[in-house]
Amino acid sequence: MAGATAVGTKPLIRVEGLEKHFPAESHWFRRSDSFVHAVDGISFELARGESFGLVGESGCGKTTTGRLLVRLAEPTGGHVLFDDGEGASTDITTLRGDDLKAFRRKAQMIFQDPYESLNPRRTIFDTVAEPLKVQNACPPLERMERVSRMLEMVGLTPPATYLFRYPHELSGGQRQRVAIARALVIEPIFVVADEPTSMLDVSIRTGVMNLMESLAERLGISYLYITHDLAVARYMCSRIAVMYLGKIVEMGDTEAVLQNPQHPYTQALLSAVPIPDPTATRAPVRISGGVARPLDPPPRCRFYSRCPIADDFCRDNPHPPLEKKGAGQRVACYKA
Amino acid sequence: MPNRSSSAPVLTVEDLTMYYGTRSGDVQAVDGVSFAVGRGESVGLVGESGCGKSSIAMTLLKLLPENGRIVDGRILLDGTDLAPLSEDRMRTHRWNRIAMVFQAAMNSFNPVYTVGDQIIEALETHIETDPDVSMERVRELYDLVSLDPSFIGRYPHEYSGGMKQRAGIAMALACEPDLLIADEPTTALDVIVQDRILKELRNVQQKLNMSLIYISHDMAVIAEVSHTVGVMYAGRIVEWGETVDIFKNPMHPYTQTLMSAFPSVTGPKHELAMLGGEPPNLLNPPSGCRFHPRCPYATDICRTDEPPRVEGSGTHWAACWHPLEA
Ligand SMILES: Nc1ncnc2c1ncn2[C@@H]1O[C@H](COP(=O)(O)OP(=O)(O)OP(=O)(O)O)[C@@H](O)[C@H]1O
Ligand SMILES: Nc1ncnc2c1ncn2[C@@H]1O[C@H](COP(=O)(O)OP(=O)(O)O)[C@@H](O)[C@H]1O
Ligand code: SF4
Ligand code: SF4
Ligand SMILES: [Mg+2]
Ligand SMILES: [Mg+2]
Repeated sequence: MAGATAVGTKPLIRVEGLEKHFPAESHWFRRSDSFVHAVDGISFELARGESFGLVGESGCGKTTTGRLLVRLAEPTGGHVLFDDGEGASTDITTLRGDDLKAFRRKAQMIFQDPYESLNPRRTIFDTVAEPLKVQNACPPLERMERVSRMLEMVGLTPPATYLFRYPHELSGGQRQRVAIARALVIEPIFVVADEPTSMLDVSIRTGVMNLMESLAERLGISYLYITHDLAVARYMCSRIAVMYLGKIVEMGDTEAVLQNPQHPYTQALLSAVPIPDPTATRAPVRISGGVARPLDPPPRCRFYSRCPIADDFCRDNPHPPLEKKGAGQRVACYKA
Repeated sequence: MPNRSSSAPVLTVEDLTMYYGTRSGDVQAVDGVSFAVGRGESVGLVGESGCGKSSIAMTLLKLLPENGRIVDGRILLDGTDLAPLSEDRMRTHRWNRIAMVFQAAMNSFNPVYTVGDQIIEALETHIETDPDVSMERVRELYDLVSLDPSFIGRYPHEYSGGMKQRAGIAMALACEPDLLIADEPTTALDVIVQDRILKELRNVQQKLNMSLIYISHDMAVIAEVSHTVGVMYAGRIVEWGETVDIFKNPMHPYTQTLMSAFPSVTGPKHELAMLGGEPPNLLNPPSGCRFHPRCPYATDICRTDEPPRVEGSGTHWAACWHPLEA
């Protein structure tokens, strides 16, 4: 499935040194001098029509990155250059007012949890029509028509039987389809999809994955696809980036990264995936502990405390830069 | 797949049927389910959401909501039928001999007490012990599931999701039950935490020679933890057998689709199968074979008559009119 889309030459999005530091629990009378480095200087490009995957453990900064890319959060550093092909590229991190509103029409987000992201007191029609209303994207009289067409596209047919239902009257898979319809109804060219299938069952999940892919082809959408499920990333994304504590530690073609991982963290993630074959034995996972909160992290490699091959050099040097290694991927590790 | 020890059944379930009464009628969540679990054996129950996995678990523990009732069948735990027992009598078995880790163990601790106090309370309700012995036991349990004992005196919100899930396992193991039921204990967690919890469950199981019923919709997890697999569809077990047989030679069309709908990170990248339609509404399940509206092989007889049980090798069987060739 991945890679079936036309990939243009000029990137749609170029992320440069993007950073988001949250002040740690500050007291009202005192400014905090500690910071959670949720996203800590990441750079990558996303080509037009591409599906780019962001993978990693819970708490590594995936959702925060996604929110920064659609300006639902403001970065504390770095740039996001957006080039819709209709003019000069713009740095969306400084957009205000009408310019920001115009950007929102092109960039949308599908949220992590279909149970929380839909307002329980709004009908499906109201939910899906909202971006049309906010953006004044079409005359009010056409909204019903646009929403119905969108519901049909996401497989909620016949639309008339869904328009005036409430979220609690839908199954998990149907709710996720509504969330997709809402994000796509104003025809964005860029969509951040945050774990769009992690709450769903196998059977429904395949349906939603296929749907998102066919919509990407029909409507020319590029996705930033966030997931902690490497198998899902394999099916949805032509390239992936593996995140660890706010940093990208490995990035490249999905098959190269998954079949021949170079970073010890990527290797650990892969070895933790259960194999659907009772006769197979999996190599033991070689890392201990859990993801810490990146609160004022020391200047060395972010993975140092859990790394099975760390040495004194890693301890005494700054976080390693991303460099070309293996089958064309880029890796941030002194010893890979 | 773990090694199995002796297999004299600890639990024998016969023809178990459980309905939820609702205003629109009975939801037939568990319908004529029979199986056995040997001592030290681990059985995986797999199926889509809504097929009745959690309902079976809650029925075995008799922790049903007010509208749930056992309509028929027996639950033999070492020969004693739990089905007709009063709540008072049931309490002497629950947690002591049959225990459970809940699907949302994340939320199964009371936020206003420390986790340690809640485990001690569970211990003291079920086995008479003095406070020092209980505390020692909680330490052992924390050790067993690799939790830092310094967390015993902390509150649930100070635990991460994975830690809470392990504390849930520690609590369920408090009285060394003969049978542990784990309902999707890792579904909400990421792979590295899941890996650790699966490992701990297997260790504990072997150490205590405990039987395990592991519930999941993830075929890969099931392949790793269970000796035997039961595939559920719409309130029924449609296929049963040793894990290797189920994975290598699935006989039921539903099992086959379930397996090929699963994306994999290793091996060749195959097309993902699509299971058309949705699981049936258990208020009014389809006639004949309940899978017939979604089955590519369905014929007339599937729509009208209940499928027979077809035997495969060993303990392997499937309920289907047109089983797949082995
Ligand atoms: N508003 C906030 N204030 C303070 N810290 C925050 C805030 N939002 C996120 N964080 C912290 O930033 C880090 C990254 O969080 P983020 O939600 O981006 O993770 P994620 O990779 O999406 O995780 P998951 O897989 O659980 O969704 C975490 O340590 C989190 O606690
Ligand atoms: N308290 C209840 N009242 C009525 N129906 C219920 C109740 N609990 C579960 N059900 C229904 O019983 C069926 C089986 O549910 P469940 O056992 O939770 O499935 P699973 O664990 O396999 O996802 C579903 O159709 C569900 O909607
Ligand atoms: S740089 Fe050193 S500590 Fe960091 S991942 Fe590589 S080996 Fe491990
Ligand atoms: S009995 Fe018929 S409908 Fe049911 S699974 Fe077998 S072939 Fe399909
Ligand atoms: Mg997230
Ligand atoms: Mg359940």
